[in-house]
Amino acid sequence: MGHAIDVNDLYVSYYGKQVLKKVSFTMEQGRLIGIVGPNGAGKSTLMKAVLGLIPRDRGNVLIDGQPIKNVRSKIAYVPQRATIDWDFPITVLDTVLLGTYPSLGLFKRPKKEHREWAYHCLEKVGMEHFAKNQIGELSGGQQQRVFLARALAQKADTFFLDEPFVGIDVTSEALIIKILKELRDEGKTALVVHHDLTKVKDYFDDLIIVNGEIIGAGAVEKVMVPETMKKAFKAQFSLWDAMEVAPS
Amino acid sequence: MMSFIQDIQQYEFLQKALFTSVIVGIICGVLGSFIILRGMSLMGDAISHAVLPGVALSYMMGINYFYGAVTFGLMTAFGIGFITQNSRVKNDTSIGIVFSAFFAIGIILIGKANTSTDLTSILFGNVLSVRDSDMWMTLAVGVVVLIAVGLFYKELLVSTFDPTLAAAYGLPNKLIHYFLMVLLTLVTVASLQTVGIILVVAMLITPAATAYLLTNRLSIMITISAILGALSAVTGLYISFVYNWPSGAAIVLVTTSFFIVAFLFSPKHGIVWRQLRARKHKTALQ
Repeated sequence: MGHAIDVNDLYVSYYGKQVLKKVSFTMEQGRLIGIVGPNGAGKSTLMKAVLGLIPRDRGNVLIDGQPIKNVRSKIAYVPQRATIDWDFPITVLDTVLLGTYPSLGLFKRPKKEHREWAYHCLEKVGMEHFAKNQIGELSGGQQQRVFLARALAQKADTFFLDEPFVGIDVTSEALIIKILKELRDEGKTALVVHHDLTKVKDYFDDLIIVNGEIIGAGAVEKVMVPETMKKAFKAQFSLWDAMEVAPS
Repeated sequence: MMSFIQDIQQYEFLQKALFTSVIVGIICGVLGSFIILRGMSLMGDAISHAVLPGVALSYMMGINYFYGAVTFGLMTAFGIGFITQNSRVKNDTSIGIVFSAFFAIGIILIGKANTSTDLTSILFGNVLSVRDSDMWMTLAVGVVVLIAVGLFYKELLVSTFDPTLAAAYGLPNKLIHYFLMVLLTLVTVASLQTVGIILVVAMLITPAATAYLLTNRLSIMITISAILGALSAVTGLYISFVYNWPSGAAIVLVTTSFFIVAFLFSPKHGIVWRQLRARKHKTALQ
């Protein structure tokens, strides 16, 4: 199989402050990939830079061997929940329908077949009973499932999810990871920005550990070793060390 | 009421006034829905004020005020964007700075312009004096705005709802923003005669905000907003004619009345039902 993602010497800064430097890694297709790192390590920034949503200072990104602008319609992105206006007048089904837009092109409206497909995607995430609800009426986990359904509706090859498990219930989290694994088994690639280290081994095949630069990238069991973890999570580790040493 | 209908049949100026204000009501309602959802209500106010120097210059140069107004409307939109992006000054502040400056220039220029142009009628509108050319221009603007919104409905929806997703789809958010600013300027110009510069913003945001309280779907919100805009225009015109009130003010107050009704009694979001539901819930727990 070809490379799903090829990042070469990527640098990103905000107003002159270097956020990411010397970022290079290659990920294969058909893998479920976690992006982990401490707070402020640039996980979301990495995802946005790979997607071309923020300017890069330098470096190349190829997705499925192509520049991003050639494959946009084949890339589904689920942004952090916090960025969305939950009072927007849109129903759950219409939110999922947005996923069909890239394939429609300019001036064309979604038709009945698109609505049926969107409904089918809602069924996959178990949210079909909420089709007519306004999106703000859902719980955090339900909202995240709807956004995954939207990504499914796009029939993408590569999925990018930014912190999908923040503030959601256990059932939704399990369902989302189950669907991502199914997608992986179909040969699709999924990247997930994630902050909870405890489940990394159950969830992901590959891991990208970030802290301003790439600390490690590759199969979970190879990358998730004490040296890399210590390097990435220095602050937290020193805190643990201090706690262990401290008399109880 | 009957005499009003008879008068409409009888007087051409009244027909023109009615036709123009209904179109203004519809296009303001449609565009206003996007304006309020994008959090740009203040921007609507700014653009409408900032066209004043354009109107004055057009009078001086003897050209249709349409051109001057559109030029200054766009300059304002770009100026605001430029200041916001290139300094730490926040968006609402740069809006305030830019539009008040243009408005001030406009007031001075109007004074210098041909004395027959009446500042009051530009500021407050005078729908009963609509000329044929104004009416056709309003109609043309109306057609352009409705077609534009219709054609780009999908793109407007995505970029308004979730700009990050829109960017990931490869949609040009900035271009869409300035495209809306162009439409906003056109609508402002079209509304000058009906409600005037000062009150255009009410036509843009009040019917849209009312519709926002009544539905959970954008397409329906736009429809309700357009209907309320047109209805307010007709009712306001009637009141204005019968009681000899200024037309713009009358129309705006009708939109306000609709808003108050929706604010109190909207099935889902009205405060009356919300209070009742809350009370019922509390009693059930006791």
